[in-house]
Amino acid sequence: MTVLSVENLQTHFFTDAGVVKAVDGVSFSLEEGEVLGLVGESGSGKTVTGFSILRLVDPPGRVTGGRILFRGQDLAKLPDREMRRLRGNRIAMIFQDPMMTLNPVLRIDTQMIEAVQAHEKVSKAAARDRAVQALARVGIPSPAERLNAYPHQFSGGMRQRVAIAIALLNGPDLIIADEPTTALDVTIQSQILAEVQGLARETGTSLIWITHDLAVVAGLADRIAVMYAGRIVESGPASAILTAPAHPYTAGLLGSIPGHGRRGDRLTQIPGMAPNMAHLPPGCAFAPRCPRVSDACRATAPEVTETGAGRALRCLHPLTEAVA
Amino acid sequence: MSAMLELQGVSRVFEKKLDAIEKFARTLGANVSESRVNAVDSASFEVARGEVVGLVGESGCGKSTLGRMVAGLLPVTKGTIRFEGVDVTDARTEAAKAARLRVQMIFQDPMSSLNPRMRVNDIVGEAAVFHGLTTKREMTDYVADLMTKVGLDPSYAQRFPHQFSGGQRQRIGIARALAVQPEFLICDESIAALDVSIQAQVINLFQDLRRDLDLTYLFISHDLGVIEHIADRVVVMYLGRVVEIAPTGELFDGPKHPYTQALLDQVPKLEAGHREYHTIKGEIPSPLNPPPGCHFHPRCPLAGPRCKSEAPRLIHDGPRAVACHLNDGGVA
Repeated sequence: MTVLSVENLQTHFFTDAGVVKAVDGVSFSLEEGEVLGLVGESGSGKTVTGFSILRLVDPPGRVTGGRILFRGQDLAKLPDREMRRLRGNRIAMIFQDPMMTLNPVLRIDTQMIEAVQAHEKVSKAAARDRAVQALARVGIPSPAERLNAYPHQFSGGMRQRVAIAIALLNGPDLIIADEPTTALDVTIQSQILAEVQGLARETGTSLIWITHDLAVVAGLADRIAVMYAGRIVESGPASAILTAPAHPYTAGLLGSIPGHGRRGDRLTQIPGMAPNMAHLPPGCAFAPRCPRVSDACRATAPEVTETGAGRALRCLHPLTEAVA
Repeated sequence: MSAMLELQGVSRVFEKKLDAIEKFARTLGANVSESRVNAVDSASFEVARGEVVGLVGESGCGKSTLGRMVAGLLPVTKGTIRFEGVDVTDARTEAAKAARLRVQMIFQDPMSSLNPRMRVNDIVGEAAVFHGLTTKREMTDYVADLMTKVGLDPSYAQRFPHQFSGGQRQRIGIARALAVQPEFLICDESIAALDVSIQAQVINLFQDLRRDLDLTYLFISHDLGVIEHIADRVVVMYLGRVVEIAPTGELFDGPKHPYTQALLDQVPKLEAGHREYHTIKGEIPSPLNPPPGCHFHPRCPLAGPRCKSEAPRLIHDGPRAVACHLNDGGVA
């Protein structure tokens, strides 16, 4: 069953420097229990996509087009009260920096009990029990005692676990995780990935995992969508994308990752840098950096084409085609 | 191969002394005490000329502190640092000052290490003029040459740092370090803050510069993929101590220390398909209060009684070295 379906989402920022099309025609859908890896470099619009789903985009940004259907319900048409009831309840979000999302002057128990009671009429004791269970589930030792601690008394990895526990409190249908392990050490990152993987499997929660690191989602995601300059340039099953990328940008990203048995070789680098979002080139935004560019690419932006086996692509000269 | 840089038992202790109020509080029976952190505990290794040595470890393991001591930015508590045979441990000596010019450091965050109110021309050229490597009149040409070398357009020389992207700023940091014609570069997480595609560009730049300018690197990173790619030899640190040293290929193919094994196991891999994450249990203990014996024993799957009481020595075997009781008579 489809939990979330995003259709042609447009989120634009109206700045003094011009209109920035941070998200420009993004479409994807998510089945129950599915994990989607949303991959892109900074400024590609992946975070704004997540924020748009939760209606957390602040002015000068605005969702200017498209539809977001959550269990068939159009989120844009929902009154603010209804939307608030959804947030943190049916749809939860985990942010990159847990120190920014946890209130530093409140104990963990206060924050967790509040999150439960905001959505459900339960006693404080019952809410506390739920909080203890949630903390235990994300692997925090002696959860009942740790509940009395303040955020600064936890380490970075523990804080992120608390943030994940809070996201799990109300048993959401969808969790949007925005680079939750980027600030953590590898050993802690893999602990958290292991726990999230187990939780998604147990509870059937759908997950959107936003990251800049393809390697992180390689072992976690069912599907991967690669964003560049506000658009999904390639999407499909994780294994297909990783083993046979069709878009030159995806291939470039994979080639840019060091290690993996290519010791000392030159990395295949993508020349140039991410485009200025206020002044995107006409045509394909990746054209100035693309090794397979043609005049047609510079003139018209490629449309989404379905290439079979659940894959979609925005490219006039995919790697599956021989170089002209 | 003669050692260009030689570290012998280098240690750094950070102490927090009690202030007047805390001392008074203690006389009233408050539970406060002076705290000491052994940020780096007796590190010994060598870097040969032309070599790239990778220094890896998790946050808080002391790798940056070690880098800063080598650069002469932090005083050494104990041990000796030799640069080309000359003792440079005490940063105030003339010999150390002369050596320091040949050792330059590139930092993690280019925005906080470049003066926002100076133009690139001055940022890059200032030190070179001061040290007499160029004259004030020829500085612009000198800087233009450096900017070309690191892949920046020399026509940007009159701009300020905020007018550049993150990758370009890092290139400015590199140009500044190269301006005094160093032979040894310390890169402290120099690419960690960059996007993947920009990271690859900067890694390639480091490798080109190494070849063209005959540089030696101490490359500090928490990213094992980057280390595997760029380093000839790897030094692994855990909680202030060096636990393993090995040539890169041998380390990645057959790590000997349980910590290195676990660390390599955790690295996210590109291979598609769901993978089960095997995790090291627990977190890095607080360096304020490190566990006795081997610092890794509370998280080690192979730990025995000996590990809890006796700190293992770093035992050399050819090009490799490892500090683990398993390689020195067992853990029982």
